[in-house]
Parts: sequence; structure tokens; C-alpha cells
Amino acid sequence: MAALTDLTIAQLTAALASKDTSAVEVAEAHLAKLDQHRALNAFITETPDRARAMAKASDERRWKGEAGLLDGVPLAIKDLFCTEGVPTTAASRILDGFVPTYESTVTANLWKAGAVMVGKTNLDEFAMGSSNMTSHFGGVENPWKRKGDNRKLVPGGSSGGSAAAVAAYMVPGSTGTDTGGSIRQPAAFCGIVGLKPTYGRCSRWGVVAFASSLDQPGPFTRTVEDAALMLQAMAGHDPKDSTSAPLPVPDFAAAARDPNIKGLKVGIPKEYRVDGTSEEIVALWAQGVEMLKAAGAEPVEVSLPHSKYALPAYYIVAPAECSSNLARYDGVRFGLRVPGKDLPEMYQNTRGAGFGKETRRRILIGTYVLSAGYYDAYYKKAQRIRSLIARDFKQAFEICDVLLTPTAPTAAFAAGDKMDDPVAMYLNDVFTIPASMAGLPGISVPAGLDKDGLPLGLQLIGRAFDEVTLLRAAAALEKAAAFTVRPTGY
Amino acid sequence: MSLDKDTVARIARLARLKVPEEELAPLAGELSGILAWIEQLNEVDTADVEPLSSVSDVVLPMRADKVTDGGIAAKVLANAPGGAVYIDPSDKNAGGFFTVPKVVE
Repeated sequence: MAALTDLTIAQLTAALASKDTSAVEVAEAHLAKLDQHRALNAFITETPDRARAMAKASDERRWKGEAGLLDGVPLAIKDLFCTEGVPTTAASRILDGFVPTYESTVTANLWKAGAVMVGKTNLDEFAMGSSNMTSHFGGVENPWKRKGDNRKLVPGGSSGGSAAAVAAYMVPGSTGTDTGGSIRQPAAFCGIVGLKPTYGRCSRWGVVAFASSLDQPGPFTRTVEDAALMLQAMAGHDPKDSTSAPLPVPDFAAAARDPNIKGLKVGIPKEYRVDGTSEEIVALWAQGVEMLKAAGAEPVEVSLPHSKYALPAYYIVAPAECSSNLARYDGVRFGLRVPGKDLPEMYQNTRGAGFGKETRRRILIGTYVLSAGYYDAYYKKAQRIRSLIARDFKQAFEICDVLLTPTAPTAAFAAGDKMDDPVAMYLNDVFTIPASMAGLPGISVPAGLDKDGLPLGLQLIGRAFDEVTLLRAAAALEKAAAFTVRPTGY
Repeated sequence: MSLDKDTVARIARLARLKVPEEELAPLAGELSGILAWIEQLNEVDTADVEPLSSVSDVVLPMRADKVTDGGIAAKVLANAPGGAVYIDPSDKNAGGFFTVPKVVE
């Protein structure tokens, strides 16, 4: 049998069901990997004791015949999900010492399905970034390296730790959150699958808020089927999140196991041929179209005319919501407090010391665009643009069933690059942000390597709440691309 | 739209964010760069377009006006950075207070 840490979630649950192994053995094997690859800095907090206790309880459930969908599967949790009794940092100094007294709905759902938590992963501070370099706990290293070049590369962001942990075989799956690309872009940079569900599919309750009208939890895995399995457990209506959709959860795994896309109309948006995209990615995109065509799909060119405005509109909407959400960090109820001579000074000192550079930048932009006299010119304008973006997608989906695009304009870049120019960093999300603005589901599937040996991803975008078709198309793309390369030298 | 140092200082005060004097000028440059890039939105005529504040089509649900939670003051106060004061230290869930620097003389 293959090493336990090489198995996918589907293979692990099968091995556990046939009693070929135990949840305790599986947990130990993965904890050893956490030890071995600690230098990647993928985790902020490791929880080996909790993992062992959860694994033991999982084995007991299995002996009683009460095993759940993910029973005994070790998972890493982005350190943006509140976990009862385990520090939750959002990779920020301002949450110094914060230990939640409650559990987020998504993680509670995963534990209910029997999953085992091995730790909390590193991220960009408050999930704001595309490189994981804005974390108060330091950047994460991508397990992939360019051929013949030992420089450290970023894993992407914001969910960089979650992506690196799966790519380095420390865990078979992890959770992320995606506001403008924070699941899909790191998945592409790390050569794994990353799924952002439809806005409202997974509850946001207990997830540290960044931009509430955009944030959405989702899984990282090494296969499309595994992403479907995790989504199955994570999704569902939650009365505690008023934007959570009161819809039944379909059988996602069945869709992922049925890559039949005969007659499926795949839209190719012509506006996604943007300047600055690497030629290799443009070529891979064309190959992706051919792969889906060979599998029976019908490619159709579609137009999303307002695509180029999605990114600047996002950089009004997201900072505005961030400045409002992050107002709660005032040194009174949780986290860091830096004293001052009076209450206002205590607020200012705490927030000045607690937030990092990028977070401060976004709070300031957000405060500015919401301030008196500017609200209509910026925030209202961005919301009107958002309507146009959503309308573009609606019209495209009248003639196609899914869209195929690149996930990111480049492969992973070196740690420290693009740090001097915020706008250059923001351009990483040019292909992922439009779907975020429209609340649509998207998935990144690893589809090839560039000339330096780095993984590249392709993105599929689906109709709202049609993850079933999205997963079926993703499974077909995965099968055709047959991406099996593993990172070495980390 | 270009921001000057004084405007950045004013926004920082609105956001209750202490920004050291020497960082104001570089921040004004960065924020002006971002805002200049955002200006391209003005190319789009949005006069007849309704603003979109939420992508979920559903109307926010109503719920029964009933108490569904409570009696967990100890949990609520557990992370108080300045410490908490309880009404009845022998029963922390009876209620309590966060502490802040003195606000009235």
C-alpha cells in the first residue's frame, strides 16, 4: 500500500472503511509530515494533541459503525476560522492572545462529519493579499521551486498556508476562504485543486470577516472528487448567517465521479486575453479548450464586456467593507490592547500597532471612499459597476453552461516580488475577481507546467448554485490534463 | 484624485489608526496611486444602473422575536484584554463588564 500521506481523501476514507488502517495511524503519519516540513511556515498553530484525541474518537465511532463522510481524515484549517479553545489569529498582531469561545459553522460541520484537525494555517493578514507575505507570522514557502533555481517562491494568497500544506502532502485537504481569489490563485500556484463555492453555499458564521458581501469558505484538495467531498460536509443552510442560502446540498461527489460533459457548452470569454498574461498560460488555456472539446464539450466564444472594471471596482468594495468590519478591533473586547492617555488614544495606539501595512492601507482606502462627499463617487459607483459585471455573466450563461479561463496571469513568483507596488500585486486576481463580484462558484484545476517546471491552473466558473455542473466539468478537465507531477526539493 | 498628507492624517483619525508622521507622505503616494488606478471606472456610463449591494437574490429572512441565546457572560468576557469585572464573581454568567480607561473625570 502507498504511504498514508500519499492517499487522497477518497482513498483514505476507503482504507479506513475497510479497516486497513486506523484514524490514529493516519493522524500520526500526517503529524510527522508537519514536523518534517515546518520550515515551509504553513502553520501558525499546530494542534497535535487535539488531532490525536479526535482520531481516537473517530476510530471509536467507526468500531460502532457510526463513521461520518470524512471520518478520520486529517484537515488543516485556515487561521481565519474560529475554533473553540484554539487560538485564532487571522495572521494579525491585533488578535494577539484571542482564543475563541465558539466554533465556526463550517469547521463544526467538518468535525460533525468526523474530520480531524491537525492545525491552523498561515495566511495574509485578515486574508488581504495574494502572496502570503503580509502575515504577521512571516511568509509561507511554496513547496514548488523553479528548475535549477533554489529561490523561495510564494504559495499565493491569501490562503497560502492551506495551499502549501496540501501541495506538500502534509494533509489531504484544508479549508480556505476566497474574497477575490484567495482559494483559486494559491491553488494554481501550488498545483492543487481549489474551489470557491457560490456566495451563500457555505456559512460565514465564525469566519473572521474581511469583505462580507464577497467572503466565501471553500476547500483545497489534490483531486476534484476530494473537493466535492469536502464541500459536501462544509455546505448547508445556517440560520446564523442571514446570507446563507436555504437550499438543499446536492450530491457533489457523485457529480465529480461522473466527468461526462457531452454537449456541455463551455464559454470562452474573449475579454480574458489581458496584457501581462504569460504566453505559456495563454497556450495552456487554448489546450484546455481542446481537452474539453475532445471530451465532448462545445466551446463557444462569449463576451463579458465589463471584465476590466471588476478589479478596480473590487478595490473600492472590498476595502470599504474591510474598514467597516475591522472597526471592531479596538482593544476593548478581544485581542491586543496598547494603552493610551484616554480612550480615543488607546483605540489609535492599539489599531496603529496591531494592523500591518497592507491592512492599514485598505482600512484607509475604505474609510476614504465611505467618507462624506466621496461615498457616491466611489462606493455607489463601484456597486453600479458590480451590477454590470453580474449582468455580463447572466447573459453569458444564457449561451453556455460553464466558463473556462486561466486562474492567474503568471506562475508563482519569488518571495519579495511585487511588494513595492500594491496595484501590481492586485493584478494577480484579474481572472478571479469578476466571478467573486458576481458571487459565482469557481474552481482552479492544475493543468500543466511552465518551462521552469512550475504548475499552472485553469479556472472554471459556473452558474450560481450549480456546483454540480462545475464539478463535472472540472473532473473532465482533471482527467484530460492528467496532472500528476509532485513538487520536489522542499 | 490625489491625496495629500493632511488628508491621509484626517482619514487615519477617522479610522482611529495611529500613523507615524514619517509614514504619512509615503502613504499619501501609495493611496493616490491606487485611487488614480480606480479612476478608470469613470469611463463607464452607469447613470441608469442600479447599485448591487448583495449578490444573493433572497430577501433577508425574518425570524421569530424570541430569545435563543444568553447566560454566557463568562464566554463573552473571556478574551477581554483589559480584564473583566463580574457582578457576582461566584457566578460569572450572571453578567459583567469590559474595562476601559477612565472616560469621565
